[in-house]
Amino acid sequence: MSAAAHRDGPPAVWAHAWRSGAPLLVAVGVGLLMHFAVQPAVGAFKARVLVDIGINVILAVSLTLVNGFTGQFSIGHAGFMALGGYAAGALSYYGSYQLFGAAAFNGGVLSWTASQGPFHGPWVGGGDLLFVAACLVGGLVAAGAGYLVGLPSLRLRGDYLAIVTLGFGEIVRVVLQSTQTQLSQAAEVAATPWPLLTLKLGGALGFIGLPFYTTLFWVYLAVALTLTVAIRLKRSSYGRAFLAIREDEVAAEALGVHTTRYKVRAFVLAAFLAGVAGALYAHLVGSINAGELGFQKSFEVVIMVVLGGMGSVSGSTLAAIVLTLLPELLRTVTGSVNTYLPPAYELPDLRMIIYSLALILMMILRPQGFFGLREIWDWRVRRRPRPA
Amino acid sequence: MDRRRWCGSVLGLGFVLLGVGCERAPDDAGPILIGHFASMTGSEATWGVSTDRGVRMAVDEANAEGGVRGRRLKVITYDNQGKQQESATAVTRLITQDKVVAVLGEVASSRSIAGGQVAQRFGVPMISPSSTNPKVTEIGDMISRVCFIDPFQGYACAKFARGEPLRAQKAATLYNRAQIYSTGLNETFREHFAKLGGTITTEQAYSDGDTDFSAQLTNIRGTAPDVIFVPGYYTEVINISVQARRLGITVPLLGGDGWDAEDLKNAGAALDGCFFCNHYSHEDPRPAVQEFVRKYKALEGGRVPDGMAATGYDAARLLIDAMRRAPSLSGKDLAAAIAATKDFPGVTGVITIDAQRNARKPAVILRLQGGKPSFVTSIDPPE
Repeated sequence: MSAAAHRDGPPAVWAHAWRSGAPLLVAVGVGLLMHFAVQPAVGAFKARVLVDIGINVILAVSLTLVNGFTGQFSIGHAGFMALGGYAAGALSYYGSYQLFGAAAFNGGVLSWTASQGPFHGPWVGGGDLLFVAACLVGGLVAAGAGYLVGLPSLRLRGDYLAIVTLGFGEIVRVVLQSTQTQLSQAAEVAATPWPLLTLKLGGALGFIGLPFYTTLFWVYLAVALTLTVAIRLKRSSYGRAFLAIREDEVAAEALGVHTTRYKVRAFVLAAFLAGVAGALYAHLVGSINAGELGFQKSFEVVIMVVLGGMGSVSGSTLAAIVLTLLPELLRTVTGSVNTYLPPAYELPDLRMIIYSLALILMMILRPQGFFGLREIWDWRVRRRPRPA
Repeated sequence: MDRRRWCGSVLGLGFVLLGVGCERAPDDAGPILIGHFASMTGSEATWGVSTDRGVRMAVDEANAEGGVRGRRLKVITYDNQGKQQESATAVTRLITQDKVVAVLGEVASSRSIAGGQVAQRFGVPMISPSSTNPKVTEIGDMISRVCFIDPFQGYACAKFARGEPLRAQKAATLYNRAQIYSTGLNETFREHFAKLGGTITTEQAYSDGDTDFSAQLTNIRGTAPDVIFVPGYYTEVINISVQARRLGITVPLLGGDGWDAEDLKNAGAALDGCFFCNHYSHEDPRPAVQEFVRKYKALEGGRVPDGMAATGYDAARLLIDAMRRAPSLSGKDLAAAIAATKDFPGVTGVITIDAQRNARKPAVILRLQGGKPSFVTSIDPPE
């Protein structure tokens, strides 16, 4: 890339700017398209499922950076999600009290879910800015935690990282569950200094009453950016270093790859994206409960990565889509079967049994996941070397 | 067949199913739809399954009487795997896709809150059968419940401990500090027990996942209480009781509705003579309860209905009653009719919905013998 940029002289600046800015424009375009075209067309429920899919895509693709590209085995992804969600929730919840006097919705049309009714308000409200800031802060808090956890533990190899990340996820859960009761009176919030507010995150009940901002626009903006980052990363020199570590750590080190540094970078970036996903989740459900974001949730994400193919961005995206749709499709299965059975012979809920069976079958039929290390577009240009 | 094509066809089939499954237009002349979201799978599946049985029984009865407003009723139950996000998605699906007029659910308060926030946003009434945390109905005017709330449960336990047959002068407590349910009950019990003239000797705490309670129990033994209040879940209570007996503590334990599970029999004789507070007892001699137990047993092959089945049944019946009274089935009218419920004869007591949309009704105290609870008395809410 840089060679071409230097050859062309002055216009290269524009090419460079375009290369950097285009994804953002495209991402905004995708978001707007989803929000204004897709949402009215598919209706409230399918829009809701699309939002769930989007959040899972961000989680799966971000974990692919660590488990897929770099070949490490992290099973604490939900911990980063929880940290990001709580941090973002704290900022938007208590921030709304400070700025608007109540933790209510104060956003513009982009943060408004159409099915709630007609919207009368500005294009961009103060609440939107707070929400975007909250998502970034959520990501940064998660990334900071990722750095702290990653730096010592990524010097280790193999299973050790799995144990450390598992422990990390559980610590996050327990700490968040033992926070203090949240405040819900404007006067109380105003009288409490900021550092103390960060301790009042709802404890065992979860952090509730968060304003709803997450819409198709914000989710698919984040999805488009995540995918761009992941795909470009895979093709960059960073990505080559990641893959080298994954294939053979000793050989990579012999070639001059600073393995720990690269592993930490992949880990921190993944944690940031998981934090953003957590922030989107918190403002979608309107509450966040650390008890739900334990190792079980981490494993759901790991399954998406494995099913998609370790190291395939499009594969984990597809896996996230399939594994979000499948339980949704199966939601009505037992009910429909039981309609035809007398009460004494009614089946227990088969949903999770069918879901698990589908997973087992897929892993038997395609152990390397949907795409293995390759991407979906690699099939069209198979074996053709990329121009340098 | 080529594997890739095989995977492709499975995926394709999935998408077709989604399309088929979702395109169902609401029909004004068809049945009135009621949504129910519950943990039908997952570690708390017994709660969801029991509640669903109760709900369906109530709806079938109403249909046998000719339905509501000349239309039949139909329940749509969605599983949430005991998860919050799933609860929110399930309620969104019930409301926006299936167009239900009201939603029933959940047992766990955190999931009722996740689902309730959606219902409130869409202006569809929701009744929680058995979430006891006060925050649930604080969401808004669409959300109500048919069970008592935690503060009352703490009061009922304190009142019972002070009265016959325990007449406890000194009480110790042992609670789970990681659980809002447990800390809340502990606080209200402490407050009311002191107000009623008793003394709290010591308050000991444990956390989620603890299995060894001997240190706390040794401390409690040193203060020689007349009763030990243990507001935890049955899983913890089993260990606590066995360890207490091993340490030579013979005084009865007392707890809340978190004890309500068949598994208590695993404690053997350790829980004999202990008491807990619950929503209902199938041994309650009131005719309404006996009628319910008889009908439930006939339907479910002799199975005795537990507390969740009873609250599910009451939630559905109260909703049906409100549907009959409401001027229309719009969310606003129906929510108002639910909130106006007064002296409704439920299985779990005579229910009046108060200004906070919580149910005012008595709690029952049960005594354990060989793992089986038997009815002792019921405690009315304070005036």
